[in-house]
Amino acid sequence: MKKLFYSQKLAPYVFIFPFVITVLVFWIAPIGNGVLLSFQDVLKDRWVGFDNYSRLLTDKIFFKAVWNSIKYMVGTLILLIPFPMLFATLLNNKMLKGAGFFKSIYFLPALTSVVVGGTIFRLMFGESSFSLFNQVIGFFGKSPIKWLKGANTTYFALLLLACWRWTGVNILYFLAGLQNISTDLYEAASIDGASKWQQFRKISLPLLKPTTVYVLTISIYAGLSMFLESTMLFKGNNSPNNIGLTIVGYLYRQGVEKRAMGYACAVGIILLIIVMMVNVLQLKLTGTFKKEEK
Amino acid sequence: MKKRICALLLTTAMAVSALAGCGSGGGGSTATTGAENAAKETTAASAGKNEMSVEGDDVTTLNVWTFIELHQQFYVDMAEKWNAENPDKKVKLVLSNMAYDDMHNKLSLALESGEGAPDIVDIELGKFPAFMTGNIGLMDLTNAMKPYESTVVQSRVGIYSKDGKSYGFPTHVGTTVAFYNDELLKEADVDYTTIKTWDDFKEAGVKYHEATGKTFACIETSAQWMINLMLAQKGGDYLDAEGNLDITNDKMVEVLTYIKEMQDTGAFATVPGGQPDNEEAYPFYNSGDYAVQIMPFWQTSRYTNYMTDLEGKVAIAAVPSFEGSVVETIGGGGTGTAVVASGEHAELAAEVMAFIKLSEEASNEIWNVLGFDPVNTAVWTDTNLTQNPDNQYIKYFINYPFDVLNEVKDHIGLLQSCTDEKAPSINNEFCNVTLNSIYEDGMDIKEALEQSQDTLSNEFR
Repeated sequence: MKKLFYSQKLAPYVFIFPFVITVLVFWIAPIGNGVLLSFQDVLKDRWVGFDNYSRLLTDKIFFKAVWNSIKYMVGTLILLIPFPMLFATLLNNKMLKGAGFFKSIYFLPALTSVVVGGTIFRLMFGESSFSLFNQVIGFFGKSPIKWLKGANTTYFALLLLACWRWTGVNILYFLAGLQNISTDLYEAASIDGASKWQQFRKISLPLLKPTTVYVLTISIYAGLSMFLESTMLFKGNNSPNNIGLTIVGYLYRQGVEKRAMGYACAVGIILLIIVMMVNVLQLKLTGTFKKEEK
Repeated sequence: MKKRICALLLTTAMAVSALAGCGSGGGGSTATTGAENAAKETTAASAGKNEMSVEGDDVTTLNVWTFIELHQQFYVDMAEKWNAENPDKKVKLVLSNMAYDDMHNKLSLALESGEGAPDIVDIELGKFPAFMTGNIGLMDLTNAMKPYESTVVQSRVGIYSKDGKSYGFPTHVGTTVAFYNDELLKEADVDYTTIKTWDDFKEAGVKYHEATGKTFACIETSAQWMINLMLAQKGGDYLDAEGNLDITNDKMVEVLTYIKEMQDTGAFATVPGGQPDNEEAYPFYNSGDYAVQIMPFWQTSRYTNYMTDLEGKVAIAAVPSFEGSVVETIGGGGTGTAVVASGEHAELAAEVMAFIKLSEEASNEIWNVLGFDPVNTAVWTDTNLTQNPDNQYIKYFINYPFDVLNEVKDHIGLLQSCTDEKAPSINNEFCNVTLNSIYEDGMDIKEALEQSQDTLSNEFR
């Protein structure tokens, strides 16, 4: 008994046991159940084979939702990785006065609820000529726009909301990464006559890679699973011509609003597959799967 | 010893800070924070809880879910009357008000999982058919309705029925009427009392637009009040006689074309929010940018609450019609109060709700408190009620609202498709895609309808 208790072989498994249980009960089991449900018509309680999937393949609204989600994800990647990285580098500079102040300012929106933020954004992008953004463009002599009725203007509104909210969080990630880089490297480089830009390119960027890969991974997932932002912007899951519909929004519409749970599970499985594919590809390309070089 | 205590303290401090880190690590992933926020919102929305205080030992507690807070007070008032009349069957209502989508979604999940459903629940007409599929979790209320059969508008019971069984107590008729801003129309020399047909309506609209440069009426893009009305008058529908999807039919095209032509003349325009009953649209009506609304009767309460500047300026009239119209008007919108079949006190709940919603007292309250046209038409002719000078709705409008209702009383129809399980999806497609494509993006009517027909056929196959 004592031997078992002090067994060095067993100890690691004991320690990871709670985690394994959590994963099994809260992740693997629901996913397995979801796969099974995706082959059923839950309301009529019967198996339908691949019907849900074949319906998905001809469902234009589903493709629109996928397209919207991917477009949003790409937009957030383009805006929410380089800019926060740049801001973090600026904040990391010892010359900057009041770094703490700027950090809090950027981080503040992340503490605001999306519900509140989305509602305010909806009002700012209102159709009437008195709404904030129509006032702004009115200042430049443009006539009011129906912001939330056009695909491009909606895309702009969603990206603006995302930037407003997540820039600060990503800055913190990059800042943490930057502070892990030893100042010796920069000193040595500046003695050798490297410019600030060269220091950023040759020291900061490569050494930030683990952080960047992490931010990239969660951003891909977060972009593809976006739901609440668009729901708040349109005060519900419905938008003109489905311009604000995302994959998760479509899953919600089918599963909860239309009670087609089986079909919604099929949508969920497809979302899982897309996220997995994109992320695995991305992690492969960035070399995260390779063994660390010795 | 001292060292040990120090170490212990340090470890505790580390553990506490680590846990604190968990709690505030909201930035870890966007999805987590999103979910947390959603949860917070739900709690806030369900905070509208209201409990009746009832004295006595033999009191049955009934849980009620609503999505319009105004209904709560009405239910409590009526339940008190019930308790006074039936001391042996006293009830205590525990009411929870939730946001529209939220409540219907919760109900759907509760019925699906067989747990957590209330005893009594308000279900909106547009959502009702969704609860009529598969195993119906709601109670058959046909017997409870028997005592009130003769005085209730049957077409309104019909919309909450399936296979001859009724599952919901109607709240109002929702007679579609026309609201004319008489002050504005007079300026343009338009007399609303002469508008009898849709041709007259068009003529008046063009005249008004030419005289003032403003918009006569709005085009709906997120609702179908006017479209359904015109469709029903023409004898058309969204489904064919066999119940198959048929939105590309000629009558539908005619209706949408009429509206499109009005848009081309400038007399009609889309409105922010996409329909008159919307928080974004109220200010535009209130400031006189739009003169006319074709809406169900319950829009009266929106006028008194949100368009207060128009007091004493608005007249209610019968809606225009086509030559040889099948029906004069239709009932629009509605809330069916249902009883959950698996509830412990379902029988009693049904009996109480029949009294609360259909009795003559109930009808009086529905008009006085909510401003709806009650389903019990016996009260429509009671002049004490319909011409009561103290009533806020009677004070607000220039003419007596019930005069118009009595005019059309025997000719209130409905679209058969509104009880069909396909209806929620069709409405969703129309309000999201079809109407926006035609009236916002200028797509060809036939093309937009065919596209939507495709989308919907794919869903219904």
